[in-house]
Amino acid sequence: MKIKPRTFSDYASIGFPAGMLMVFFVIPFGIMIAVSFFQRVQGAFYEPAFVFDNYARFLTSFFGGILGFSIGLAALVAVVSVLLAFPFTYILTRMARRTQVVWLVFLLSVLSLSEVLIGFGWSTLLSRTAGISNLLVAVGILDKPMSLSPSFGAVMTGMVYQTFPYTVLVLFPALSRLDPSLVEVARTLGSGPVRSFLNVVVPALRNSIVSTLIMVFVFALGCYLLPQLLGKPSHWTLSVLITDQAIYQSNMPFAAAMAVFLVLVSLSLVAISLLYGKKENAA
Amino acid sequence: MINTFILRLFLGTIALFMAAPLAVVAGVSFNERKSLSFPPEGFSLDWYAQIFTEDSWRSALFNSVGVAVGASSLAVVVAFPLAWFLWRFHAPWARIVQVLGLAPFILPPVITALGFLSFWTTAGAYGQAWTVVISHGIFFVTLPLVTLTLGFEAVDDSLVEAAATMGADDRTILRTIILPLILPYIISGMAFAFVLSLNEYIVAYMAVGFTVETLPIKIFNSLRYGYTPTMASVTVLFVAIAVVVFGLIARFGDLPRLLGAWRHDDDS
Repeated sequence: MKIKPRTFSDYASIGFPAGMLMVFFVIPFGIMIAVSFFQRVQGAFYEPAFVFDNYARFLTSFFGGILGFSIGLAALVAVVSVLLAFPFTYILTRMARRTQVVWLVFLLSVLSLSEVLIGFGWSTLLSRTAGISNLLVAVGILDKPMSLSPSFGAVMTGMVYQTFPYTVLVLFPALSRLDPSLVEVARTLGSGPVRSFLNVVVPALRNSIVSTLIMVFVFALGCYLLPQLLGKPSHWTLSVLITDQAIYQSNMPFAAAMAVFLVLVSLSLVAISLLYGKKENAA
Repeated sequence: MINTFILRLFLGTIALFMAAPLAVVAGVSFNERKSLSFPPEGFSLDWYAQIFTEDSWRSALFNSVGVAVGASSLAVVVAFPLAWFLWRFHAPWARIVQVLGLAPFILPPVITALGFLSFWTTAGAYGQAWTVVISHGIFFVTLPLVTLTLGFEAVDDSLVEAAATMGADDRTILRTIILPLILPYIISGMAFAFVLSLNEYIVAYMAVGFTVETLPIKIFNSLRYGYTPTMASVTVLFVAIAVVVFGLIARFGDLPRLLGAWRHDDDS
């Protein structure tokens, strides 16, 4: 059915999208890479140069600490999200279609929410005057209401809240395509629902789980506001630091160098996860 | 028996976790006085009215909606010919363009945002209101691209072949057969882009943060000076918009399929 494009008008249709993406995505990217080698000018913005200073700052212990924290936090968030979302999505795909759709609409709505609004929501929920600590006082666990944010726990909770719907949607295709007869066989042979889930469903989707973990990790690495809204400065991540350097410290070259670094990390991880996904499709 | 109970408990906990911050925000938005307290003291809809009556909130709302309409239209206009080309022609190199269309959504948003900041600064257009429409249009091109690709895959080849046999050219086939068939996918792709653009903060902030205030930017700026209940009412409004839009997509389309599910009986 598909044919090779031959005439000018065949190519014309892809010309516009290709041009737009070239001008407004590839070129900005190129400029950003160029800026990462530029020199910062105090009081002004930056000037063209070819220096490695901005990358050399990666070697400082301050930066190393932030990088280590960002990676650790994103990894923890990804593991918690997948641990919660995998059984949830499995149950979801076995629900009646109507219930499934209601859940999906709800999860999509939360996923589309601005990080600003999620941060605001959780800081309200964890606040002294309107938060859950009041509930704990009413039950008798706490003596008086207290503020639960900023704290590491608040950052974690907010980020898992944000990544959970994403994780469910990444897992959804693989789990809904899983052959139901696999589980039926296990059940017929006498294994309980939990055992057949752990011994049949989980191993069957091993590669999907790994690639989802990586996708969620990259997603969590991109989280730019929650650590700022729900955490202390010591909980800032690479994404927060990039925004801070670009906007508030007006140090575009350093921000750009960190962004280039973040791209390399993300891209190589996404490539690995695609490779894992392919394996499963081939099998 | 015990298993059903554990199952319900698990689902209930997840539902509670996902709903809790929204419920509290909805609660404080009904407070009568300008205080952050839950359960709400008194009942008032003033903070909802304020979104439309107070100038700064209203203009932020109009900015957001304007940007979202422009950006989602642009995203569709860019995605449509690309998805059509990928479906119609056999050209492996076109995959590169496809990957470029998918990349903005997979990479951390800060990177795209910073790219736009350096681009608009270099182009000398930094701070112009229209730059954020283009930035969002490119940033969200992934969504209509994905829905349209699914839409084209669902087109029955025999319809196209029949039309071609009867002498219809590409243009006629596109207008009379393909467009009506994939219209639902165009609309849902545009709706996804619209809702996400309304909510988007970092790209908008880096492109026009100091000249144009969208609602997320306004809320973030206000957060630094403390709490106002209008933030809560705006949050509720945004959740409501998302629920209505996604609810409509689910009502008139096949949401599980759009999200990548297929039923096993479909294969046979």
